[in-house]
Amino acid sequence: MARLVVLGGGVAGHTAATFAADWLGKDHEVVVVTPNAKWNWIPSNIWVGVGEMSKEEVTFDLAPVYEKAGITYKQAKAVSLNPEGSAKRNKPFVTIEYTGQGKVGHSDEIEYDYLINATGPKLNFGATPGLGEGSNLGAHTVSVCTADHAEHASHELTKIMDKMRKGQRQKILIGTGHGMCTCQGAAFEYIFNVEHEIRKAGLRDMADIQWISNEAFMGDFGMGGLHMNVGGYVVSSRIFTESLFAERGVNYITGAHVNKVEKGKVSYELLDGSMGEESFDFSMLIPPFAGVGLKAYNKAGDDITDTVFAPNGFMKVDADYTPKAYEEWKATDWPRTYQNPTYKNLFAAGIAFAPPHIISKPAKSPNGTVINPTPPRTGMPSGIIGKAVAHSICNLIKNGPEAHLHEASMAEMGAACVASAGKGWLDGTAAAMTVYPVVPDYDKYPGTGRDTDYTFGEIGLAGHWIKHILHYLFMYKAKLKPFWKVIPE
Amino acid sequence: MAVKPEEFNFAKNDKFKTAMIPGKFARAMRTCKIWQFIRFIIINLKMLVVVSKSH
Ligand SMILES: Cc1cc2nc3c(=O)[nH]c(=O)nc-3n(C[C@H](O)[C@H](O)[C@H](O)COP(=O)(O)OP(=O)(O)OC[C@H]3O[C@@H](n4cnc5c(N)ncnc54)[C@H](O)[C@@H]3O)c2cc1C
Repeated sequence: MARLVVLGGGVAGHTAATFAADWLGKDHEVVVVTPNAKWNWIPSNIWVGVGEMSKEEVTFDLAPVYEKAGITYKQAKAVSLNPEGSAKRNKPFVTIEYTGQGKVGHSDEIEYDYLINATGPKLNFGATPGLGEGSNLGAHTVSVCTADHAEHASHELTKIMDKMRKGQRQKILIGTGHGMCTCQGAAFEYIFNVEHEIRKAGLRDMADIQWISNEAFMGDFGMGGLHMNVGGYVVSSRIFTESLFAERGVNYITGAHVNKVEKGKVSYELLDGSMGEESFDFSMLIPPFAGVGLKAYNKAGDDITDTVFAPNGFMKVDADYTPKAYEEWKATDWPRTYQNPTYKNLFAAGIAFAPPHIISKPAKSPNGTVINPTPPRTGMPSGIIGKAVAHSICNLIKNGPEAHLHEASMAEMGAACVASAGKGWLDGTAAAMTVYPVVPDYDKYPGTGRDTDYTFGEIGLAGHWIKHILHYLFMYKAKLKPFWKVIPE
Repeated sequence: MAVKPEEFNFAKNDKFKTAMIPGKFARAMRTCKIWQFIRFIIINLKMLVVVSKSH
C-alpha cells in the first residue's frame, strides 16, 4: 500500500486529493494535511466583502467530505519536509503541527511515498510596513483574501456607507499593497463590486473611488496584458480596462509600489521614481504572495531548504530557472510535470510551485525598486495542474517509476476568467474573458503571444450569470456530490 | 437637458479623455435580458472550447 500526502486543501490540493482517492481506491492511502477546517470558494469572497453573500455560503466543512472520499484528514499545517528520511526514519516524511481536531499545537511526523505541495500562498502582509505583520492583516486596511477577511471588509464597508448617508464624503482606495503583488484581478473585482453597491444605494455622489496598482499599465493583470478579440477587433486589455474605469468614474494610479500604510494614508513610489501619498477612509489592498515557508532537511539533519525551494519559498519543479533577459524568455521555461528535480516523489501544484520568472515585462524605478506584478496562477490552472499531478502519481504508484507523467504547462493551457463588476441577477455585470495560452508563446504567436481566436473578452449580465452559476457548480463539485467528476476544473 | 453619463466622465479626468466609453446603446445591451441570454450561450460555448483545449 502506497501513501500519498497532499499538503493544502485549497483549489489545487483538494482537486488532487479527491481525484487521487477516486483513482487509487482502497488499495492505497491519500492523506490531506491542511490547517483549515473548511473549504472556501475564494472567488466568491468578493461578494462576501460587499455583503452580498455570507461566509457560510462560500465555505463548507472538509471533514465529512474527506470521510466520504476515504481520505485521511489531518487538520494541521506542514512545517518541514525530510525527503530522505532522518537518522530515526528510513522513509521520507513531513512534520506537521495540528491546528484542530483537539490536538492544537501537537506535532507529528507522517511518512509518505509521494507528496504534493499545494500549500498556496502565504499572504505576506508583513512585506509592507503598516499593511500587517507576517501573514496577519493589519489594522488600517481590509482584505478579501479569506472568507473571514471578507466578512470584516463588509462590516467596514457598511460603516463608511452609513457615513455617506449622513452626508460625509468618503474616499475609497483599492488595489495592490506592494510593488510585487499578483492577484490584481481580485482587487479589480472588489473595486467594481464596491462601486456597484454604492451606486445601488444611491450614494455614488458621496464616494471618491481610487485604484492603485503595481501594474505598469492598466489591464496588465500580471500576464503582460493580453490582446483580446472584441467586436471583430484585436484589442489590448489596456483599452478594455481603461474603458471600464472611465465609464464607472474610477480614477487610477499605475506602476505604484505601496511602501507604507498608516491610518487613513498610504505612501507609494512610482515607476518614474517619484513619491506620492493617497488618503483613504476605506482601503482594500491585496498583499504580496510568498511560499508558506516550509523547511527541508536531509537524512543527516542539514538544512536543504535552498535545494527544494526557491528563495521566494515556492517549490522548485521542472521549470528552467536559469536567469535570462526578458527578450530570451521562452514558453518552454515553464514547467510541464511539476516534479521536483531532486526528489522525484515530490510534486507541487497551484500557487505553491516556483515559476521560472515573471510574465509581465520586468520594471524598476530609477531608485532600484522593483515594481512589477508576479505571475498569477488562477483557479482554473491550479485545478488543472492539481489533477495532472494526481494523475501522474497514480500512474507511478500503479505502474512503477518509469510510468508516464501527465503534463500541464501554463504555456499550453488556457484560462477562463470571469471578473465580477457588480452582483445582481438583473443588473449585475462581469467581464467574461478567456486567454489562450496563459503564458504567452511568441514562437507560436509572434504578434501578441496568444491565439486571438481563443482570447476574447466582453462585459455584460451574461458574465455575471456565468460567475454566479460557477459559484454553485464549484461548491457542488468540491463537496463531491453526484457526477462531480464531469464538472471541469 | 440631462448630461449624458459619458460626457460627465470625459470631463472628470485627463486619463478618461483617451478612453473608449460605451454609449447608451452599448450600455443598454449589457443588461438587455434577451441579448445577454444569447451572449450567455455563446460565451459558454467559447469557454468550453478553451477548457477542452487546456485539459
Ligand atoms: C479574493 C480572491 C478572488 C479570486 N478570484 C478568482 C477568480 O475569480 N477566478 C480564478 O480563477 N481565481 C481567482 N482567485 C485565485 C484563486 O483563488 C487561486 O488561484 C487558487 O485558490 C489557488 O489555488 P491553490 O490551491 O494554489 O491555493 P489555495 O486555494 O490558497 O489553497 C492553499 C491551501 O493550503 C493551505 N495551507 C497553507 N499553509 C499550509 C501549510 N503549511 N501546510 C498545509 N497546508 C497549508 C491553505 O490553508 C489552503 O487550504 C482569487 C483569489 C483571491 C484571493
